[in-house]
This record gives sequence, C-alpha cells and structure tokens, in this order.
Amino acid sequence: MLRDDLIEYSLHTHHSEDTGKKIRKKIFYVTILLTAITVGEVLLGAFIHQNSSVWPLVKWTFIILTLLKAGYIVMVFMHLGDEKKWLRNVILVPYFLFVAYLIFIAIWEALEVGSAVATYGN
Amino acid sequence: MGDHAVQLDSKTLWGGKESPFSTSYGKLMMWFFLVSDALTFTGLLISYGYTRHAAQAAWPIGEETFNSMPFLGHGYPLLYVALMTFILIVSSVTMVLAVEAGHRMDKKGVIKWMIATIIGGFFFVGSQAWEWSHFIHGSEFGKIELADGSQAIVRGHFGEIENFTVVQAGNHLKVGAVVTSDLLHQYQHAAETGGLFQSTEMVNNLKNQKNIIAALKVDTAGKVGAKATQDNLKNKLAGLKKELEAIKSMPSNNGVIILHDGSIAKINKKADEHLILITKKSGSKYKVGDKAIEGKKASQLYYTSLQEGVPNKVVYGANLKQNEYGPQQYGQFFFFITGFHGFHVFSGVIINIIICIGVVMGTYHKRGHYEMVEKTGLYWHFVDLVWVFVFTFFYLL
Repeated sequence: MLRDDLIEYSLHTHHSEDTGKKIRKKIFYVTILLTAITVGEVLLGAFIHQNSSVWPLVKWTFIILTLLKAGYIVMVFMHLGDEKKWLRNVILVPYFLFVAYLIFIAIWEALEVGSAVATYGN
Repeated sequence: MGDHAVQLDSKTLWGGKESPFSTSYGKLMMWFFLVSDALTFTGLLISYGYTRHAAQAAWPIGEETFNSMPFLGHGYPLLYVALMTFILIVSSVTMVLAVEAGHRMDKKGVIKWMIATIIGGFFFVGSQAWEWSHFIHGSEFGKIELADGSQAIVRGHFGEIENFTVVQAGNHLKVGAVVTSDLLHQYQHAAETGGLFQSTEMVNNLKNQKNIIAALKVDTAGKVGAKATQDNLKNKLAGLKKELEAIKSMPSNNGVIILHDGSIAKINKKADEHLILITKKSGSKYKVGDKAIEGKKASQLYYTSLQEGVPNKVVYGANLKQNEYGPQQYGQFFFFITGFHGFHVFSGVIINIIICIGVVMGTYHKRGHYEMVEKTGLYWHFVDLVWVFVFTFFYLL
C-alpha cells in the first residue's frame, strides 16, 4: 500500500552542522556535571559515616543528587526534554504516580514490620 | 486482502493526520518498553528498601562491604563502584554523540562513537564480573559467630600467613616440615570445618575428651566393675575440661591448624591491624547497633571463636544461602539486582554491535535516517539511568 499521507517523523530530528555544535557543547557540559556529582557523592560517602549526626542530611543529599543525575540523563541524553510536552507527560506522570505510592506503602510497612520484630522478636 | 495501490484519504483512515506525539511508532514503543522495564527495576529496588528497613541496623552498609580495588587491596570504600559509574556515564556520552552524528547523517561519526560505546560496555561488564567474584570469595576474615551467639562482621587488615610448621606428624608430613603454598585457602577451609585451635595441647585435650565421651557411650550394663570404670572416666573428663580452661585462656593471632593428612602445624602469621567487629546479629551480650568492638578485645573475641575447633563458626564470602556481610537476603538482592542490571548491559552491548554492523553496511544511510541508532541509544541510556539508582541505593546509602 503506497501512502503519501504518512508523516516520516524520523526525519524531523535531523539537524545542521551548527546545531550539532551547540548540542555537543551541551553534552559536554552535562558530562562534566554528572562526573562532578558522582565524585562529590563518593567523597561525601568516604568522609561522613552512617553513624555521624549529619548522616540524615547526607542521605537526602544523595537522593536529591541522584534524581538530578537521572533528570539530566532522561532530559538531555534521552532527548525527552526535546519531545512534545504530552509525550513527556504520558511517560513520566503515570510512572511517578505509581512509584510514589509504592514507595510510601512499602517503606511504611517495612518500618512497622521492623519495629514489630524489635518488640516481639522473630 | 489484495495489494491495492490506492491512495488512502486520511479522513477515511483514521480522521487525524498528525500523531499527537509527532514521534515514529518505533520510538514510541521503545519508550513504552522502557517505562515497563523501569517499573521492574523500581519494584526490585523498592523491595530491597522494604527488606532493609525491616532489618534495620543488621543490614550491611555499602562502604563496609565494597572497599577493594583491583591490585590495591582493601581500604578504598566505594572507589571501584564510582569508577564503574564513571565508565557507564562516559559510554552514555559516546552513545549520545553517536545519535547526534546520526542526525547529521555523518556515517563515520556514528561508527566511531558506537564502537567507543561498545568498548565502554565491555569494560563495565568486566568490572561487574570482578565485583561479583570479589563478593563471592569474600574477605580474609569472614563473618564470625561469637561465644554469646551473636554474629559480627570483621574489618581491618589481615596479617599475612607466612607458613605452617608441622609440630605433630600426620600421615604424610613429618615434624618440622614447612608448608608454604595455598596457605589462605587451607586456613579458611580449616576455619570453616573446625580445624583451627589455640595450641597443640588444646587439640590433644579435645581429642582425649572425645575418646572418653565415646567410651562413656558404650553400653556396659551387667558387666563387672562397670560402675567404677564409668566413674573413673567421668573424673578424667572433668579433669580434662578443667585443664582445657587453663589452656584456652590465651587466644592469639597464630594458633595451630590441622592439615589434610591429620598433622598439626603451627601457623606463622603476621599480626592483624586495625581489627574491628561490627555486630550484625544480636546475641546475649553483643547487640545489633552497638558501637563496634575495637582493638585487643576484638582480636581476642575473634580468635577465641575461630580457634575453638568447632565447625560453621565462620562464613567466608557469599552464596545464595549465606553471606559474610549481613542477612541472607542481602546476598540475594545483590545477585539479583546487579545481575539483572548486568544482563541489561550485556544485551545492550549485543544490540549495539548489531546496530553498528547495520551502520557499517549502510542500511540506515539508505533509509535516510539513523533512527535505529537513536532507539538503541534510548535503551543504552536507560541502562545507565538504572545504574545511577543502583549506585545510590545499593552502595551509597
């Protein structure tokens, strides 16, 4: 079946040499950023131990930095930032809704189980 | 249906001409697959979080478990996984550069960057193999069960074993023979099976006790003088037990080992350094969450348990049943999560190789676009993305 009404979306992503230069610059910037974050995380982990009083702060710093790294990978490397808004929403919104619920329910229950074991034994 | 070369009017076909996402079918489906795969990994990491929160202080900490570097030994917490993370990030960068080259229809650029990505992928898989091997073989100290029934992991620098000098002949080895090969393996095997003792006197004392206990079990009912013999044996046993207490009071770094042929050898070992015991299972005296036991006391507790001649007091490395790092589930989660991720990396490398061959053959150039490179790129970045989370939740926290 010959169809001339189909749009070849795959061609939309082509760009010129100049745009390419800009994109490569952005990729370079994100690489440096991701590496710096990882090095920072390892240094933080090496110097601050889990029995330290500031550990909770460090823990949440780790989680936020991880989400930041993930954001850069998804938005820049996977080009989700360049896609249409509704494609972005279709991928991210159901995922985050489900995961937020699962984290809440699982960790809450785990803490209850943990304290039950601590109180009544195995 | 026949092959009608008719031009279909979009209104009759489906009423809308433009895709609301203005993306090709293939790329959209890749995204949907990645969302489902992300949910799988999320499920795994959340179940890890569940188990960890329920186990609380008994759970091992990444920097306690992963502190080795190839060729350098111990004492480098998390450096190796950080290196692995860096390798994967760099391979993600080379992949995105391949995709960018594809958008400019630069065939040579795509090939160059895809090959770089494949090499990075192989490096990562290799690093993971090393990590697994290290995790399975474990440390020199292992996890020890102390006298009060508690279990503790041991950290510190293990003094090197120099040799075993035979002090009591066995089937093959004579007194004075020196064993210099396969030392650590023999030492750990003896520790697991109850073949380490504080001294030769202790070995002989325990052997005599065993013989008397066996003799006491022999049915002597109705025999003349049986009662007197029994009492005599019981006295002897009590005497031996008292003697053992006197012998046992001084555990040391060295001690003796029973070798394969039954000979007893003195262990010549350098002193351990910076020994600490961290309780991972509560006993009657030491509890999970207590401050780590350090210094001389740590060494004394460790070697008292190790050199008791009792099997299964120590666990080295990890398998699916037990591990030296903490609760049983810890090892299982390690194998499943990093294994599942490693399998993704491996299949990613294979897919990259297949697509790279397609690029070299000019398949995509003829097609007019390099969307296949973009799609495999999406998968490859996803693998990197998952590792970012595994790195944080398995190793850092």
